[in-house]
Parts: sequence; C-alpha cells; structure tokens
Amino acid sequence: MTSLTTTPGVATTPTGKTIRPRGPRVGRGVVTVLMSLYAVVAIGPLLLMVAGSLRTSADLFANPVGFEWPPTVSSYVFAWQQANFSRYFLNSIMVTVGSVVISTAVSVAAAYAIARSQSRLVQIIESVFLSGLMLPIHLAILPVFYLLDSLHLVDNLFGLTMVYAAAGIPFSIFVLTAFFRQLPYELEEASMIDGAGAFRRFWSVMVPLVRPAIATVAIFRFVPVWNDFLYPLVLIRSADRYPLPVGLTSFFGQYQTNWSALFAGLVIATIPLVLLFLLATKQIIAGLTAGMGK
Amino acid sequence: MVHAVQVVPPTRRRRALGAHLGLASALGFLAPALLIFGVFVLYPMVTAFSYSLFSWSGTARGGFAGLANFVSLFTQEPYATEVPRAFGHNLLIFVGTVIGQNTIGLALAHALHHTTRGRRLFQTLYAMPYLVSPVVIGYLWTLLLSPTFGPVNKVLEAIGLGQLAVPWLGNPDTALWVVVLVAVWQWIGFPVLLYGAALGGVPPELTEAASLDGAGGWRRFRHITLPLITPAITTVTVLGFIAAMESFALPYAIGGSSGTPAGATDVLSLVFYRTAFESGDSNGIGLSSALATCLFVFIFGVAVLATRLMRKREESLT
Repeated sequence: MTSLTTTPGVATTPTGKTIRPRGPRVGRGVVTVLMSLYAVVAIGPLLLMVAGSLRTSADLFANPVGFEWPPTVSSYVFAWQQANFSRYFLNSIMVTVGSVVISTAVSVAAAYAIARSQSRLVQIIESVFLSGLMLPIHLAILPVFYLLDSLHLVDNLFGLTMVYAAAGIPFSIFVLTAFFRQLPYELEEASMIDGAGAFRRFWSVMVPLVRPAIATVAIFRFVPVWNDFLYPLVLIRSADRYPLPVGLTSFFGQYQTNWSALFAGLVIATIPLVLLFLLATKQIIAGLTAGMGK
Repeated sequence: MVHAVQVVPPTRRRRALGAHLGLASALGFLAPALLIFGVFVLYPMVTAFSYSLFSWSGTARGGFAGLANFVSLFTQEPYATEVPRAFGHNLLIFVGTVIGQNTIGLALAHALHHTTRGRRLFQTLYAMPYLVSPVVIGYLWTLLLSPTFGPVNKVLEAIGLGQLAVPWLGNPDTALWVVVLVAVWQWIGFPVLLYGAALGGVPPELTEAASLDGAGGWRRFRHITLPLITPAITTVTVLGFIAAMESFALPYAIGGSSGTPAGATDVLSLVFYRTAFESGDSNGIGLSSALATCLFVFIFGVAVLATRLMRKREESLT
C-alpha cells in the first residue's frame, strides 16, 4: 500500500481528495484506542488468573481486584507437590508428545507415498485420510471406549496416546502431502542414479527438505491434544493417570475454597501453550491457514 | 472436499520416467498410518452408527432395534425435553460466535493488518484466549464471576453498577448467556489469526487502484477486500459451526455434566455424555449412539453443504 506514494504519505485523487495510505491521523488514533481496549478485554481475564495465582487466598477474598507485594509462589508449590499437578503435567506431556511424534512419523511416510505414487489405489487411500479432516471424532467415544477395553487399554496412557495419534493423521497428511508435491522429482533422480532405494531417498533426501512442514504439523497438533478433555474424561479412570484438563476437574472439586491454588492450577495448565505460541507463532498460524478452505 | 488455499499442491506431473514409487513400496510407506487410522478412527466411527441400531441392556448388545432408539430420543422423557433444549443452546453458541468472529474478529484483523507498530504484540494478545484450553477458560470464568469473591461483580459495584452484580452463573436466565459470551470471547482469536493471513493475500494494487478511483475506506473494504477473503470467512464459519455443535469442555467446566442451573447451560454433547455414562437407563448406549449419529449427520451434512454453497457464492462474488 505504501509503494504508491511518491511524495511521502500524500497522493491526490482526480477529485482532489488527499489519500493517506494509513488513513487520517485522528482515525488512526481512534483505531489504536479501540485496539488497545480490546487487548485489555482479551488478556485481562488471563492476567487476573496469573495475578490471583501469585496472591494468597485470604488476600483474594478480602480484595478480589488487586495485587499483593511481594507476590507469593506458595500456591504453585502446593498445586505442584500436594495436589498432584506434577503428575498431571507429566501425564499431559507424555500423551501429547507421544501422540504428536507417532502421528507425525507415520504421516510423513504416508504423505511421501501419496505424493510420489500415481496408483489409483493410493489416490483412494488419500481421499479416505482426507475425509477424516471434518469428522467429529469425539462422537465415536463409545466405540473407542469398547475398542480400548478389548485391548486392555482403558485407563492407560498409551491407549489415549494412540487415539490422539490416529486423530492427528488426516491433518498431518494433508499438510505434508502438499509440501512433498512441491518438491521436484529431479532431487530424487540424482540419488536414484546413485542407486539409493525408496527408503533411502525418502529418508536422506526428502525428509530433510520438508522439515518446515514437519515443524508446522507437530507444533500445531500439540494444541488440541494438550487441551482435549472428553477422551481422557472417559478413557482414564485413575487419578494418577489424569492429564491436566481432567486433573483440573478433580482439583476444582477438592479445593473449592483455595482460590489461589485454583488459579495456580489453571496457570500451570496454560503455560506450555503460551510458551509454544510465543516461540512458534509462525508454525501455529501456518497450521491454522493450512486448514483453510476446507 | 478439501481445497487448500495457502498450500496449493501443483498439478501432479506425469513423467515419462513414471512415478518413482511402485505400488508395493507406496503401500509400505502407507501401512503404519493406515493401520493406526483404521483401528482408532475409522473402525470406531463405523461401529458408532451400528450401535444406534440395537437395543442395549447395560453393556450387552440386545436385538436389532431398527430406528426405535431414534424415536425414543424424541418421544421418551427426559430426552424429549433435553435434546431440543440443548440443541437450541448449541445453535445460540454458534450464532453468537459467528457474529463475534465476523464483526469484532474481522475488525480487529483488519485493523491489525494496517498496523505496523505493535502488530505482533496485539496479535499475540488477541489470539491468547483461543489457544487456552476451554476447560481452563470455563473454570477461570466461574471464579471471576463468583457472586461473593469474584472480581467482576466487585468492579461492577465499584463503578456504581451494583444492580448488575448478580449471581451470573446461579441464575438460569443469565448462565446461558455467560456460556455464549465466554465462547464468543474465546473464539475471537481464531479469525484474528486466520483473517490476518487472508488479508495478507489481498494484492495491495487492487485497493490502491480503487482508492485512486476515489473509493473510500468502507467501499474499498466492501467491494475488494471482503470478496477476496470470503474463503477465509467460509472456513471460520464452518469450523465455528463444527466447534459449537461439538462444544463440551466449556459448558462442562461452567455448569458441570448436568448443565446447571436447571439445564440452562446444557448442550448436546453433555446430553450424550450423561446418557452414555451417567444415566441409569439400561439402554443408555443405544440412545446415546442414536444421538451421536444424529449429531454426526447434522454436523457433517451442514458443513459439507455450507462449504458447497459458499464456494458457489464466492465464485459469483469474485
């Protein structure tokens, strides 16, 4: 939009109206104020959550809006040590990382085959995977429960991990296939002449080239798995195996009056996602827009 | 069904050399994904339908019941009352979020697009609620809206709006609106990110040309930007629809599995959950599977239909 302006910031229309590419000053000012106001609306509740976790419950009850100095981290210590949050956190990490690794690994291989095969059968398989993009998979929770039950994987973190790994496959294949298809055949031909087999070409030539897509898929899948609630609510029975979202429900039932600890628990469940977003905004937005146009 | 907008796969080249991958190797690469997806997604999805056609006693499958479970869902109490009521709540959540996303969300994305200083910061702040788990969001708001110690009512009292300091979540008339507004608030981050990307794809020459022709800001937006980002609007609307129809964690955290107070925060997934896992009904599996099937057909059908219709409209707009 700025490329137009020869005289900085000013251009004139045939009617003599002056155009400023960024709009009139006053308009910009109003927009900035409105944007800042909404930023407060968006982030305010989350700041109250963080502030609440750093205060004592007594102080919270005496003065709901405020901040205590010096802040105290005793609620975090309590949630982490006494209220099992270290366990929940570890469970969440294991399930999320495990499922993301599995679904990404199998999807990279599958996407390579889909992009490089011209068989009719493979095309049909691709459409089966892609149909999974819009499936409301939570509605299959009952059969999933009985399936895991027959495999002795109910109340088992590995069972939960496999369910999430499977759920992540359509999206991962969708994004990765598009990337593989953009890579020219010539890259592989060179190594083919050197006598490399299909797996060598895939592993040493192609996988390094799709690394950005792998990062996008892995990081983007982290979010829904970390946040998911219904599957562990139904599939996990022992408190020792709860991931964070289900752990929170039992925590909220048990420590209703310890508000400071409740806030701390909420913060603990949220921090990894905030860090992930700050460190990998690009990948998360790429993941969101890859699903665009479904 | 899938048209990638951002990642456009180039048309597959058929070369004289042929594909580099024979069918046997291709299937080898596909096998692990097929196995996991088949076992943990496809098989359960298909059996979910079959469950709804049988009568159940506890976890034992009884005889073939045809459509009896579906009929019971709409004639037998409490389902005959709960299902339509919950459905109405799902619709309300959908309408609320779509309006929020396409007014506030779109405006924010548009404003962000024309901001240089602090763009990244604002984007992060707006997107944050969307990334946080709906369970966390739900519990957070129950604390913030608590009638005795919640900061929201304290602030309302402090600024002289004491009559508004009501027990928001204790009153059936307000509790549903809290769920709707919290969902709206949370999901505004999604279009901010998505529309941001779509706006980045609008060629600046077009709006420049229009402004040279004397088109004001609104007209440029309405006749150039808006038609070009319709695919993104379709995506946000369809995904918002799916999410609203499936919403479970947020209402569960706010009103528990029974949608307190008095079913005011009940949604279809909660009815499903109660029927399957908490009801004393011995045919709970049959009934809940019938509900899941209806919901599935509705979600999938509307999503596919809406996408088709919008694609057609997009073509006429551009």
